[in-house]
Amino acid sequence: MTQETILIGLAGVLASASPLIFAVIGETLSERAGVINLSMNGTILLAAMGSFAVAYNTNNILLGFLTGMLIGAVVALIVAFAGITLKQSQVAVGFVLALTCRDLSYFLGNPYMGVSGPRLQAVPIPVLSDLPVVGRLFFQHDVITYISFAAIFLAWAWIFRTRPGLMLQGIGEKPAAAYIRGANVNLMRYIYTVIGGALIGLAGPAFSLATRAGWMGTISGLDGFGWIALSITIFGGWNPLRGAFGTYLFALLQWLGLVLQPVLTQVPSQVLQVAPFPLMILTLLFVNIGNAEWVERALAAMPDSARRVFAKLLRAMRTSPPAALGVPFERD
Amino acid sequence: MLKGRLGNLAYQLGALLLSFGVVSLILLAVGASPMEAFRNMFNGSFGSMRKFAEVLVAFVPLLLVTAGLLVTFAAGLWNIGVEGQVVLGAIATTWVYRFFLDSSLPPALVILLAILGGMLGGALWAALAGLLKVFGGVNEIFGGLGLNFVATALTIYLIFGPWKRPGVASMSGTVPFPDEFSLPLLTDLRISPWALALALMGIVFVYFLLQGTYFGLRLKAVGKNFRAAYLLGIPTWQYSMYSFLICGALAGAAGAIQVAAVYHRLIPSISSGYGYLGLMVAMLINYQAVWAVPVALFFAALNIGSIQLPILMKLDSSLAGVLQGVLVLFVLLGEGVRQKFGGRANS
Amino acid sequence: MNVELKNIHKHFGSVHANKGINLVIPSGSIQGILGENGAGKSTLMKILSGFIQADPGGEILLDGKPVVIHSPADAIHVGIGMLHQDPLDFPPMRVLDNFLLGQSGGLFPNRTAVARDFKRLAEQFDFSLDPDGYVDSLTVGERQQLEIIRLLWLGARVLILDEPTTGISASQKAKLFATLKKLAEQGMTVIFVSHKLEDVEHLCDKVAVLRAGELVGEAKPPYVTAKLVEMMFGKEITLGERQSAQQDEIVLALQNVSLEDVRLKIRNVSLDVRAGEVIGLAGMEGSGQDLFIRACAGLVRPVGGRILLKGRDLTGKSYHVFKRAGVNFLPAARLEEGLIPGLSLSDHFVLAEAPRGLFIDRQAGLQLAEERIKAFNIRGAPLSPVESLSGGNQQRAELALLQTPLSLVLLEHPTRGLDIESVIYIWSKLKERCRLKTAIIFISSDLEEILQYSDRVLVFFSGRVSPPLDAANTTVEQLGQLIGGKGWAEMGETHA
Repeated sequence: MTQETILIGLAGVLASASPLIFAVIGETLSERAGVINLSMNGTILLAAMGSFAVAYNTNNILLGFLTGMLIGAVVALIVAFAGITLKQSQVAVGFVLALTCRDLSYFLGNPYMGVSGPRLQAVPIPVLSDLPVVGRLFFQHDVITYISFAAIFLAWAWIFRTRPGLMLQGIGEKPAAAYIRGANVNLMRYIYTVIGGALIGLAGPAFSLATRAGWMGTISGLDGFGWIALSITIFGGWNPLRGAFGTYLFALLQWLGLVLQPVLTQVPSQVLQVAPFPLMILTLLFVNIGNAEWVERALAAMPDSARRVFAKLLRAMRTSPPAALGVPFERD
Repeated sequence: MLKGRLGNLAYQLGALLLSFGVVSLILLAVGASPMEAFRNMFNGSFGSMRKFAEVLVAFVPLLLVTAGLLVTFAAGLWNIGVEGQVVLGAIATTWVYRFFLDSSLPPALVILLAILGGMLGGALWAALAGLLKVFGGVNEIFGGLGLNFVATALTIYLIFGPWKRPGVASMSGTVPFPDEFSLPLLTDLRISPWALALALMGIVFVYFLLQGTYFGLRLKAVGKNFRAAYLLGIPTWQYSMYSFLICGALAGAAGAIQVAAVYHRLIPSISSGYGYLGLMVAMLINYQAVWAVPVALFFAALNIGSIQLPILMKLDSSLAGVLQGVLVLFVLLGEGVRQKFGGRANS
Repeated sequence: MNVELKNIHKHFGSVHANKGINLVIPSGSIQGILGENGAGKSTLMKILSGFIQADPGGEILLDGKPVVIHSPADAIHVGIGMLHQDPLDFPPMRVLDNFLLGQSGGLFPNRTAVARDFKRLAEQFDFSLDPDGYVDSLTVGERQQLEIIRLLWLGARVLILDEPTTGISASQKAKLFATLKKLAEQGMTVIFVSHKLEDVEHLCDKVAVLRAGELVGEAKPPYVTAKLVEMMFGKEITLGERQSAQQDEIVLALQNVSLEDVRLKIRNVSLDVRAGEVIGLAGMEGSGQDLFIRACAGLVRPVGGRILLKGRDLTGKSYHVFKRAGVNFLPAARLEEGLIPGLSLSDHFVLAEAPRGLFIDRQAGLQLAEERIKAFNIRGAPLSPVESLSGGNQQRAELALLQTPLSLVLLEHPTRGLDIESVIYIWSKLKERCRLKTAIIFISSDLEEILQYSDRVLVFFSGRVSPPLDAANTTVEQLGQLIGGKGWAEMGETHA
């Protein structure tokens, strides 16, 4: 492989990750506020289909993207209503929506199967795109990929640097304490869930109007990305930077699977495509194993020096979710 | 008490009507006649003995999966990996069949071994999710989802790799097994009474397990409060594992039936989504085993009936999934509305 | 700021939690609110701090002007700040972030300015708090200090403290009291809610006593303790004679046991616990006593040393092995760890018994439940879900679940949050066990309870363990000094 093809490949990795970036950031915001939106897998499909249909019929790509966000926001609103107002299991409602939205996208998307529609074009950024290596990697993308880059840093800065972001952390951590500090906990949860949902919805058109343009129904190959985004959110420890790292790692693995295809001819392509899943399970294992009780017991049985090393290692890998994730808030 | 139950029924019926209403609107939106669609779906599932037999073919794995899920739900576990457990049941059954393909064992014994093998396969796959949960701290939802994808990949790998048809591998699956390896079917129909009996036995077993036994009570204790159950002396993680194993075995049986009585070979989409559908059924019946049979039958009928839609009306058959999903959603929301605005639910 | 409460009523369903309370608290004074658990103190303070609203008809006046308080944010806006018993802060976040969270202002907080204010306030009251540290590494006392300066910074002129002396050290308590007096001198109004007579008598300029939702009276110094007790309970309460059932047989032996968790280390503790003996564990929350009691139950594995139960080495074995050998552990969080919400009393008793066969005999289960409910004076029916019981009845149910025979029972805060009569009843049941040769080890933050019911006491201070003290010859003051880290120099290592 030449350096040029590797560069093109890596730039492709960055672009192909953009839908997942939005989904992971959206889910991170929602979960930071204490609401788990499990509907993601269906939302992305429905948003992909809906935005493609709108962009196709109106020939307006921007309208398509807005439709995707609207769909994500509406689905998230249902999750929020059921979880926050009705205090039902967010997992149950999210799961049902995941399946329902998926089937709905297949049903409504039937007429758009395989039609060719509008697609976002690359917009190289003047001057910067001519830089060696960096220009090729970062500055010859379409608009939505640039936005995905910006979204990572904006979300990170919002959560960890701004006043409302601090409150957001507080709402997911201990809503009662956020409440006495003046937060309208349930309203904020609604807002973040809906905004998060809109970002998740943005992943749909980022697929169907950009990285994987078009709608192919069940063979679109989009089914499953929502579940991956959910895993990456955990892997990312509810931090947009770490989540973005996980997303790019995942995209890189998928690309490697494709690149290695000609070398590993006896392995069907479908198998290589799922290669990241066992890896995902393994990484979840790594970040969670410190929470298992037997580990603590095993540590206690170790000699002092080994214990210290292992304990430090486990603590470094470990991530823990917002303490009030999935728990409805009631004043008193 | 009776009034409470009637009220409950009224709520469920209300949810049912509402979801038919919503789906009608969706149908109108795509320019189709709701009445025609529902009539076609009804005729497609109950229009003839042959069609009703098809409904039963779908009902068997769905009921088995639902029965299994009731056990993991009782233990407080969201066994979303049930889909993969169905797939592994099918793979294991196929493996047993292939192993005894040229043996001189009586076919009935091979079938029995194949089904037991399927149950074992499903149980082992469930055990994997269980081990990840118990010893790795990995939430069963994420572990299970990952394992589902791996199970699908494994199926495809086997169909295109080691178990491929002579000549060219294809999405149509492995070479069909000889007829004598099939569970006996009713004349002219595709349903096997043996499979039906197995499914009904499964749900009866689960009903008694959860209602009357120490095992069931302990399982519920673990599900409702893991920590307190441990302090009460219940071997908690073992019980979590048992529930995974039981559910996996029942899901594996569903996969085994798919191979032994329906497809007679391994195909890429062998689970037909019955795992996920079983989760919906379990939620809809509020985790009560008594309602499993009618609701699973209804869901199976929707699935089979919707097959007519593409043929007769050029609509996608995923409408069944939409209707099922909207129904479960309304029941969940209705439950929430009742708790919030209707005073105490169980007083 | 002058605070006036007029005709405050509050109903929760059929419970009348506050019955027409009228109270005037002058500016610059420290007002005590005294009453046992359930007397209505918390309800009244939640109304004043905006957490809940009083029934219509009541009025709150600040400096003579009526105010409407809909939320804690409203309350702080008009100058009322409340310090909750469980600090309402964010443990995984930094001290400075905790401090500034809730301050209104622009998108990006000016951290340098905030840090400057923080430092000034901390210095003013002589608090040493690291703004860059994490809250989960602070003691309860330090978290209170953080909360106090936060409320002052936000402009609180009335400070409500709910049971602030629970779980803090003697020196922190002294500092807290000094701070409160200083605040009162500066014209602040301090409302001090407690059920501890001693604290209230020591600190307050005026005391209001609540009983069963009513304000039964007020008192001014010099206080007559007996009078206050009578107002609180409506009658004289006697705790009864101290009695010991200690015997010679050694039930539990710890030999050079070392324990470790993320935050602290306990080194080389040796202790022999005898049949029928009661050992109280005293210390600020998180000083190591919880780690210690869990190690005695097999819930935490020691990193060194041996644990023997009746001569049998159980080091490193799990709780279930300990349990089969006759050790029971009752955790502090009843509905989180002790009982199973959603299951009935009868289910619990069935679960606690060894299974007989495969199927449950429901009739026998109900009968068993009837018997236990009677024997333990539980207000509830066999089929009542445990979460529907009151705290005292839940605790009785937990006692009823203890197995027989029993060598050792370990209790975390066995009487926390219970009314005095439940406390006396629960200890009478525990002492019955002692006479049947069961040894008891318990944690309590109530030093009087520890001295009243223990034979010997172990004091914990950040992982250090005192030698066993004879409870009969120890005073509350001595214990208070020790849990605050004073007077350790003249003590030896823990060997008994």
